[in-house]
Amino acid sequence: MAWVRFRKKDMPGGLWTKCPSCGEMIFSKELLENFKICKKCSFHMNTTVDERVLFTCDVDTFDELYTDLAPVDRLQFVDKGSYGDKLKATAKKAGRLEAMTIGYGRVLGRECVLGVMNFQFLGGSMGVVVGEKVTIAVEMALERRVPLVLVCSSGGARMHEGALSLMQMAKTCAALARFADAGGLYVSILTDPTTGGVTASFATMADVILAEPNALIGFAGPRVIQNTIRQELPEGFQRSEFLLSRGQLDRIVRRDEIPQTLFRLFEYLVPVAPEQIVAPARPRFEASTNGHDSSDKAEKAAKDKSGSRLPAEEGAEAGKDEKKKKKK
Amino acid sequence: MAAKKPDVPTTPSLDFEKPIVELENKIRELEQLAQQSQMDLTTEIRPLKELREKLLRQIYTHLTPWQMVRLARHPNRPLTSDYVQLMFDDVIELHGDRAFGDDRAILTALARIGDERVMLIAHRKGKTTEERMAANWGCAHPEGYRKALLKMKLAEKFGLPLVTLINTPGAYPGIGAEERGQAAAIAKNILEMSRLRVPVVSVVIGEGGSGGALGIGVCDRLLMLEYSYYSVISPEGCAAILWKDGDKAEQAATALKITSRDLMALGLVDEVVPEPLGGAHRDHFKTALSLRDRILAALKNLKSMPMDRLIEARYERYRWIGNGDELTQQVKRARLRGGRPEVVAKSEP
Ligand SMILES: [Zn+2]
Repeated sequence: MAWVRFRKKDMPGGLWTKCPSCGEMIFSKELLENFKICKKCSFHMNTTVDERVLFTCDVDTFDELYTDLAPVDRLQFVDKGSYGDKLKATAKKAGRLEAMTIGYGRVLGRECVLGVMNFQFLGGSMGVVVGEKVTIAVEMALERRVPLVLVCSSGGARMHEGALSLMQMAKTCAALARFADAGGLYVSILTDPTTGGVTASFATMADVILAEPNALIGFAGPRVIQNTIRQELPEGFQRSEFLLSRGQLDRIVRRDEIPQTLFRLFEYLVPVAPEQIVAPARPRFEASTNGHDSSDKAEKAAKDKSGSRLPAEEGAEAGKDEKKKKKK
Repeated sequence: MAAKKPDVPTTPSLDFEKPIVELENKIRELEQLAQQSQMDLTTEIRPLKELREKLLRQIYTHLTPWQMVRLARHPNRPLTSDYVQLMFDDVIELHGDRAFGDDRAILTALARIGDERVMLIAHRKGKTTEERMAANWGCAHPEGYRKALLKMKLAEKFGLPLVTLINTPGAYPGIGAEERGQAAAIAKNILEMSRLRVPVVSVVIGEGGSGGALGIGVCDRLLMLEYSYYSVISPEGCAAILWKDGDKAEQAATALKITSRDLMALGLVDEVVPEPLGGAHRDHFKTALSLRDRILAALKNLKSMPMDRLIEARYERYRWIGNGDELTQQVKRARLRGGRPEVVAKSEP
């Protein structure tokens, strides 16, 4: 049983973090409480699995399951080193056995299944166990009749498991077909980057496809495309905003707006009786003294409003205005 | 089934074929000479033919995975257009996705094979430069996959089984393809094929290039021609990423386990269809004949199953695919514990 709770001592790096986009130095604690979004340029920095859980689920509600499923080197794959060794080293560093983490959790009180891909784990690649855990997540959601949320981040199928990896595209999609037939709600959240066999299978087969701003999303990677067509790629090609304009996404959502967005989607599409909504026991972040925006207040406001309506159409910079409104 | 002269290459396109092709050219010369001069050269020709058989057997029983990849891409290898001529009758091509265009990289057609009416969905590569360009060298765009899905649904509505022929280096990586949702188009096909209520037989006839192959390849029976390959990534692509050297494709081809026999051993393929000695490109007719028999046998078998059972069997086939027994059993046991890890009793210190 792994109750995930974020503690101060887990905070990565030093006291200060430099924004990779604008170079702003941000107090790490403040950055975390801003969902690792740069306060100056809104750049969404990469998250760890635990951070993603923290940013998505109510505190102490995520119940991680199937933690002991470990990948197997069925091909005895060797490139510059052996895949088996690579797995061991990666697992040790990641503190988990695979690139996929699944479990039950609550989002602003609503129960769901959450799956989180870990790009730090061999590029979030989908091998047999990743495909298996995605499929189990679908089955868990089906069994408890709760929504399924998958946070995607992957370079595609895992080469080290050959065609076995490729077939996970079929495994996950077949499970999703059954879930859809049973009326289940599946929301995928595409984060930077999501490409290859993951995009060409479960990531894009959601009822609602959300994406974080400026995430690289595509079938082929930009380098492969550039090498094939031998011409410059258009500005912003394969970024969330580009995909949205080409009709490939439902919405772009800032990371700090994801819990509310999920909650409201759940309440629109698969509403439950109020007594089934369990109020978060504690605020998402420990009390902060820096007077920084309390997203928890915003979340509570969203909760009070639950079941009401989605605000009028927002732009790609979604939520910003809404948030301001709530602060007032 | 119309007879067609086999295309025997006169210039070797692969290094390991060189001695064979040289010998074949010599035999052909002697045969022509015999004909022109009315001389009996049988005694001269016979040992050469025997040597040819011996050489073929020697070379073709020891092919490396990389050599097989190159055979799968052989310029004389039979393509969809050949199989349409040699294996199917009364073919009516149905064009277009009714949304964007008609992708020539995928053929969709009503066709008869033996006594069966089927929907044929096949990657097309083309023979002439013009055809190749039109078919984009077998690399389909989203509209190709959407066309395929539309015709699959048509087949489902009228109860025609699906026969798909896979032969693509991969789905096309381009700007338009990305703009029009290449990934989602492939994913949608995979998802819909998993529950399509007609029997589906797929055959890898040449290159089984990743998602672009699987986009028409979710099936009840997967056949592979002996010297075809099926891979998660091209050996060249894999070499470039993992070895950081595109020239290491030969090693990558071996490591990826992409040959028909390897995939059979891994439990991903139901049947390997043997090719004539020296490869399909030496005898299109014979290749098509044996493939036709195997497709018909598979169809007959699948058609005898009640539809619900067929769909259930297909689901089970993919539900556990790639796991191996050990992982499957582990998952089933973990389910009984509600997904909690096995508690290992700790011995007292
Ligand atoms: Zn910044």
